[in-house]
Amino acid sequence: MNYFPDEVLEHIFDFVGSHKDRNSVSQVCKLWYRIESYSRQTVFVGNCYAIGPERVAERFSGLKSITLKGKPHFADFNLVPPDWGGFVYPWIEAFARSRVGLEELRLKRMVVSDESLELLSRSFPNFKSLVLVSCEGFTTDGLAAVAAYCRQLKELDLQENDVEDHRGHWLSCFPESSTSLVSLNFACLKGDINLPALERLVARSPNLKSLRLSRAVPLDVLQRILIRAPQLLDLGVGSYLHDPDSENYNKLVTAIQKCKSVRSLSGFLDVAPHCLSAFHVICPNLTSLNLSYAPGIYDNELIKLIRHCHKLQRLWILDCIGDKGLEVVASTCKDLEELRVFPSDPYVGQAAVTEEGLVAISRGCQKLNSILYFCQQMTNAALITVAKNCPNFVRFRLCILDPTKPDAVTQQPLDEGFGAIVQACKGLKRLSLSGLLTDQVFLYIGMYAEQLEMLSIAFAGDSDKGMQYVLKGCKKLRKLEIRDSPFGNAALLMDVAKYETMRSLWMSSCEVTLGGCKALAKRMPGLNVEIINENDQMEFVGGCDDDRQKVEKMYLYRTLAGQRRDAPEFVWTL
Amino acid sequence: MMEECSKGSGAACSPKLLDLIPKEMEWAVAKGKNGDVERSSVEIRKLELRLGLPGDDEWSLKNTNTAKNMNRERDHHDSLFSLGYFNHGHHHNHHHHFHHHQPSHKAGSHEMSPQVGPVAGSSSSSVWFNQQQQQLAPPSSFLQFPTTTKAATDKQQSSCLLLPTVAKESSQLCCTKVGAIDLQQGPAEKKAFSPPAAPPTPANTAVANSSQKRTAPGPVVGWPPIRSFRKNLASSSSSSKQQQTTDSQSGNPNKKAATSDKPVEVCKKGMFVKINMDGVPIGRKVDLTAYDSYPRLSTAVDELFRGLLAAQRDSSAGGNINKQQQEGEEKAITGLLDGSGEYTLVYEDNEGDRMLVGDVPWHMFVSTVKRLRVLKSSEVSALSLGCSKQEKMVAMK
Repeated sequence: MNYFPDEVLEHIFDFVGSHKDRNSVSQVCKLWYRIESYSRQTVFVGNCYAIGPERVAERFSGLKSITLKGKPHFADFNLVPPDWGGFVYPWIEAFARSRVGLEELRLKRMVVSDESLELLSRSFPNFKSLVLVSCEGFTTDGLAAVAAYCRQLKELDLQENDVEDHRGHWLSCFPESSTSLVSLNFACLKGDINLPALERLVARSPNLKSLRLSRAVPLDVLQRILIRAPQLLDLGVGSYLHDPDSENYNKLVTAIQKCKSVRSLSGFLDVAPHCLSAFHVICPNLTSLNLSYAPGIYDNELIKLIRHCHKLQRLWILDCIGDKGLEVVASTCKDLEELRVFPSDPYVGQAAVTEEGLVAISRGCQKLNSILYFCQQMTNAALITVAKNCPNFVRFRLCILDPTKPDAVTQQPLDEGFGAIVQACKGLKRLSLSGLLTDQVFLYIGMYAEQLEMLSIAFAGDSDKGMQYVLKGCKKLRKLEIRDSPFGNAALLMDVAKYETMRSLWMSSCEVTLGGCKALAKRMPGLNVEIINENDQMEFVGGCDDDRQKVEKMYLYRTLAGQRRDAPEFVWTL
Repeated sequence: MMEECSKGSGAACSPKLLDLIPKEMEWAVAKGKNGDVERSSVEIRKLELRLGLPGDDEWSLKNTNTAKNMNRERDHHDSLFSLGYFNHGHHHNHHHHFHHHQPSHKAGSHEMSPQVGPVAGSSSSSVWFNQQQQQLAPPSSFLQFPTTTKAATDKQQSSCLLLPTVAKESSQLCCTKVGAIDLQQGPAEKKAFSPPAAPPTPANTAVANSSQKRTAPGPVVGWPPIRSFRKNLASSSSSSKQQQTTDSQSGNPNKKAATSDKPVEVCKKGMFVKINMDGVPIGRKVDLTAYDSYPRLSTAVDELFRGLLAAQRDSSAGGNINKQQQEGEEKAITGLLDGSGEYTLVYEDNEGDRMLVGDVPWHMFVSTVKRLRVLKSSEVSALSLGCSKQEKMVAMK
């Protein structure tokens, strides 16, 4: 059916924003496929090995912005060896060759070399935005290339990357003519910064809205920067060490008072525990506050600060705020939608928050829909209360520092509590479990978590049934990651076709054997089934006995690109 | 942050209704090669939604018959619910839910399946939901917690959820056929799960009789699940606290050394470690990057605790703690490393073992140390250094 000229369809498709919707649109008919493909400007590739860059460039000829994700999520926690993969270079090279008019590149958990940054900066004259999250493999030299050659750069956003810091000169590589910067985040850099260059850069960037500094930027520079850029919406304070009686501090207070537009505050990477009061004046405007990088702030200072933050929608803090502090949050931040409470002392496991803090939050913050909570202990009763109070969770991630800890009061497994969560939160898309859990919780999840897309399991379950319930029940599941749980081949092979409807499955320290993985790979050629064999844990001698070996780490994902050619030695694709 | 954008699905309608249809389509399209026959019919679709075995039509029909007792509609949720009850075999001690095996249950295989299905939890957190079982409409008030009145009225549906006493009724709901059809996992389930590196005894005695669970004693790779740089936060931030602003401008070599190294796979570069001393209730923290050798560390420990120890002695002696008195009586803490002093320095390493400080090269010590302790030398000889599992578990609590 073609009732409209192509241009009209294209215009209509412009209103279709989300990737999922556009994917659906493209499946209606060949015409729509064609039009949607050439009109799509923003492409999202959740697994960089699911498809090759050439095919992407070919299909989406109007491509301007691409998001790529590389390593599996558990790589964040050191479960994936370095050199596993996730290289961005082939993508940049392919796009350069195909003359893609790339303007924006957003990467997560990928290996980015200086060469790729240099190639990037030279190949795309309209390049505007580089966002790197949890990436590695590059140095400040690569950043220097981006600064120097991307003439239209608007956004350079480095979030929690591992960057080898050679020198602070990359900042001076921004040409004097560059005035287009809107967003600059280098908080994760560890080395020195050319401070005068930074000040000059800020001075000549009237559109600068977001600035997140590293700890190398001291207070006096911060103060001068704030004077120059009172239009900032998003500020990441670098170092906040000072003497409260000093001249610098007073100047800072004055400067901060001028920043009436700041809505998002973060950083405080080095902080003297007192004197956050300088920021109290902007707190009432804040919608986002991230103090999770600042273990030096004492809980009473935190609480004093938060009492001013009535409009807060997003809060990331450390657990040193304590249950009492969370009660303050609950009574102050009525608009809170996202809360993350990180552990301040992960090794010792003496977290300062318990189930009480979570319950308090659930009572006070009715709009809460996303939580990441590291705590000392939890109870079923608390979870049930939370579920009752906050049925709107879209993301619910609970991490009890002792991973198999039962209900702190009853010593029961936490099945009922999590069951309550999945039952009440009909829109739950992401769930991370912890604590003592049996197969029961997975039955609940299979039954109730209809919208669940991502599930993280650790040290949970009793038998294959647990995993089977999930695979059967969660129709929208896209990512499943399991570690240290007793799921074996029976679960793995129960419904092999399901994995093609998912992005990926990770199983480590489970009961799956090499034989099971081989069987799976054989039946599903559309999947890459990778065994990560670090330290030569497994022997691939050949013969039947091998197959009974347990596989320590398995990662499988659907792909149109076939077996990847850049896999290191320790990764076997079956 | 690059959050996954909320992936709203195209189908905006109630999942309950449309589950039967669009998903079937998805499945049919997605499959391709793996001809799972059951995907091709709506009948089997329902089955699937009920968490049934692929291809098991028989079961689904039987299931609905059994379910009629519950006064519920034949809804996939209902089936899911009843499906839950195919568990009558396994005696998990920590599941003190159904231990009643109804005569109505056919012989079936009493497979060792774990307690499944919404069940009455322990009495304290017993309230579950009694919705879903009833109709397609979203439940109005689940979470009747902790009232039991609703339980009384909605006997057939909710009771099973609420209290152990009604377990009998609820087990009626168990579909025996389901039990029989249990996923042929018998052997798999019964197999005691023995993780490669797990300790022999789970930490929680309540699950003593369950199949061996993986328990995590002490520090585990990748746990807690936070990114490496967060693990370093406490140390790198605090070490800079000690510097003046000018230092950070010029670049403190210490700080650079500590933080500019490429983190290795399991990041153990936390430099601030807790240190406790026998007889002193308040602990301290030391920044190991500030020292490059054992003697320096020993001196630092002396400096940290000398005053505190003296204060403890004063207070335990019951006298007024007078500053002059304190200073006069402060005694240097020596011989920490060679056993010659009143106290000895020990540490806990990344495996949870307690070790004498000084055996390994300094850099190795720094990379494995997790916390320090200053013990009375007399106690040290009595302890067994390098520990058994029990000690490890106790130590880590």
